[in-house]
Amino acid sequence: MSDKSKKVLYKVILYAINIFVAFIIIAPILYALLVSFMTPDQIFEYPPKLIPRKLYYENYKEALETAPIFRFILNSLIVSTVITAGQIVTGALAAYAFSFMKFKGKNVIFMIILSTMMIPGQAILISNYLTVSSLNILDTYRALILPYLASAFGIFLLRQAFLSLPKELHEAAILDGCSNFKFLNKIVIPLSKPALGSLGVYQFLQAWNQYTWPLLVTNKDNMRTVQIGMGMLQNVDAQAFGPIMAGIVMILIPSILAFVLGQNQLIEGLTAGSVKS
Amino acid sequence: MEKAANVVPDLKREKHKDYRKSFFYIIEPYLFLLPALILLSLFVFYPFFKTIYLSISRTDPQGKVKFLVGIDNYKYLFNSASFINSLKVTGYFALLVVIPSIVIGFFLAILANTKLKGMRIFRTIYALPMAISSASAAIIWMFLFHPSMGLINYIFKANIGWLTDPKYGLLAVVIVTVWMNLGINYIFLIAGLQGIPEELYESAAIDGAGAFRKHWSITIPSLSPVLFFLLIINIINTFQVFGQVNLMTRGGPGEATNVIVYAIYRDAFFNNRFDLASAESIVLFVILLVLTLIQFKFEEKQVNY
Repeated sequence: MSDKSKKVLYKVILYAINIFVAFIIIAPILYALLVSFMTPDQIFEYPPKLIPRKLYYENYKEALETAPIFRFILNSLIVSTVITAGQIVTGALAAYAFSFMKFKGKNVIFMIILSTMMIPGQAILISNYLTVSSLNILDTYRALILPYLASAFGIFLLRQAFLSLPKELHEAAILDGCSNFKFLNKIVIPLSKPALGSLGVYQFLQAWNQYTWPLLVTNKDNMRTVQIGMGMLQNVDAQAFGPIMAGIVMILIPSILAFVLGQNQLIEGLTAGSVKS
Repeated sequence: MEKAANVVPDLKREKHKDYRKSFFYIIEPYLFLLPALILLSLFVFYPFFKTIYLSISRTDPQGKVKFLVGIDNYKYLFNSASFINSLKVTGYFALLVVIPSIVIGFFLAILANTKLKGMRIFRTIYALPMAISSASAAIIWMFLFHPSMGLINYIFKANIGWLTDPKYGLLAVVIVTVWMNLGINYIFLIAGLQGIPEELYESAAIDGAGAFRKHWSITIPSLSPVLFFLLIINIINTFQVFGQVNLMTRGGPGEATNVIVYAIYRDAFFNNRFDLASAESIVLFVILLVLTLIQFKFEEKQVNY
C-alpha cells in the first residue's frame, strides 16, 4: 500500500471509531428524545423499538398537564440566573480586592476563603437546612438562592484572570482620580470577559442541575425546581415513560444549550489552572 | 518650562496622598470583600461549626440541641453495622466509578486529539455528559435498565432486575455515574494532551515507536499530574453521590446502595436524627480532607517532571 492510501485508510478508521464512540456516549440522550415521540403502544412493544412510527406530541402535552413544568422551568431559571449573577458580583468584588488592593490580612483572608474548598457541600447541608428552616424561609427563592451566591471557586477563578492584567493600568487610573469601583466596572470587567463567561456558564449549569438542596428546602409544588419536578413526574406514574421522557427533553434543552454555546469558555476556565504547570 | 509641566502631576500626587491617608482608603478593600465574606461565613463556616456541635449533641426531632453527649454519636456510628456498610458501599462505589471514568475519558481524549475536519462535533459530544443533571441521567437510565422494556437487558439478552436485585443495584448506579463523569474527565485530559509538546512525539517517531508505545512512554508520564488531580477530584465527587441513588434505588435493594450521603439524608429526614446525620457528615468531611491533603502534598512534588 502506498503512503497516501495508508493515510486515507487511517483517516477513515479514525472517523469510524469516533462516530461509533460518539454514538454510544450520546445514545441515552438520543433514546430519551426518540421515546418522547413514541405512542404508549410502541413504547411497550417487545422487542424495544428505536424509531418512533410517527411524531406523537401527546407525551409533551401530557407531561405539561401532569406537572407544572413551565413553573419548574421558571423557578429554575430564576434561581440559576440570580445565583450566576450573584457569583459574578461577589466573586469580582472579592477578586478585585485580592488582585489590585493592598490591605492588612490579605493573605490570611485569602487562605480562609480558600479553606472553604475543603468543606464538601454535602457535609453542611443538614446545618444549612436547619438555618433556613429556623429563618422560616423554606419554600422560597431566598432559600434556594442564598447559600450559593458566593464561592471560593469563583473568587479564585476571577482572581487568576485579574492578576494577569497590567498593574500599571490600575496605578495610572487611580492617580487620575478614577475610583476603584469605576475601574473594576469600566476596565477590569470588560477585559476579563472570558473568565467571567466561564464562571457564568459553570455556575449556571451547576445551579440548573442542582438536586439535593432544592429537594430539602422545597415542599410546595409551585416552588420545585426542574430537577425535583422530574422526580415527581416519575413518582406519579412510573410506567408513563412517554411523558417522563418528554419532560426530561424539555429540562435538558436549557442545560445543553448553555453547554454548547459556552463550552469553549467553560473548558478553558476549568482547565486553565490545573493543566498548565 | 519644566516647573510648569510638573505642576499638574504634583497636584495629582498631592491629592492622591490625601486619598491614600483617608479612612476610606483603608477600609475600601474590606468593603469589596464583605459580600463574599458574609455569605461564606453564613453558609459555609457557620454550618460547618454547627455540624461539629450537633455531632456531639443529642437533638430533638426539630434539630434543636437538648444536651451534649461528647463522642457518643461517633461511638454509636462505628458500632452500627448499617453505617459501616455505608462506608464500605461508598468506598466500593468510588473504586468502581473512578477508574473506568478516567480510563474511558482518557480514551476519548486520545480519540478526539486529532486534527481532522469535523472533530469539533465529536469533542462537544464527548464533553456533553457533564451538562446532564443527575436527575435526568438517573431517570433516562432507569428506563434503559427496565427489566422487561429496557434496551440493556434486550441488547445483552439478559433478564436482570437491575434496580431490584441486590447484586446489581450498585452496578446500575455505577454505570450511570461513570457515564455522567466521562465529560469532565475527558476535558481535563484533552487539555492535558494538547499541552504535551509535539517534539516529544516527533522524536519518538524517529526512534520508530508505534502508536501504543508512544502513548505508554510519552502521553501517560506527561499526563501524570492531570491524572492524579482527576483521581482525587473524582473520588471526592463520588463520595458525595446522592441524586442518582435517591432516584434509582433509595439506598436499596436492602442496603446495597446506602452510600454515606444517602445515610445522612435518611437519618436526618426520615429518622429525625440530626445529631447522627451531623456526625456522619463530619466523618465524610474527614475522609475527604485526608484525600485533599494527599492531593496538595503530591501537587507540591508534581508527580512527574
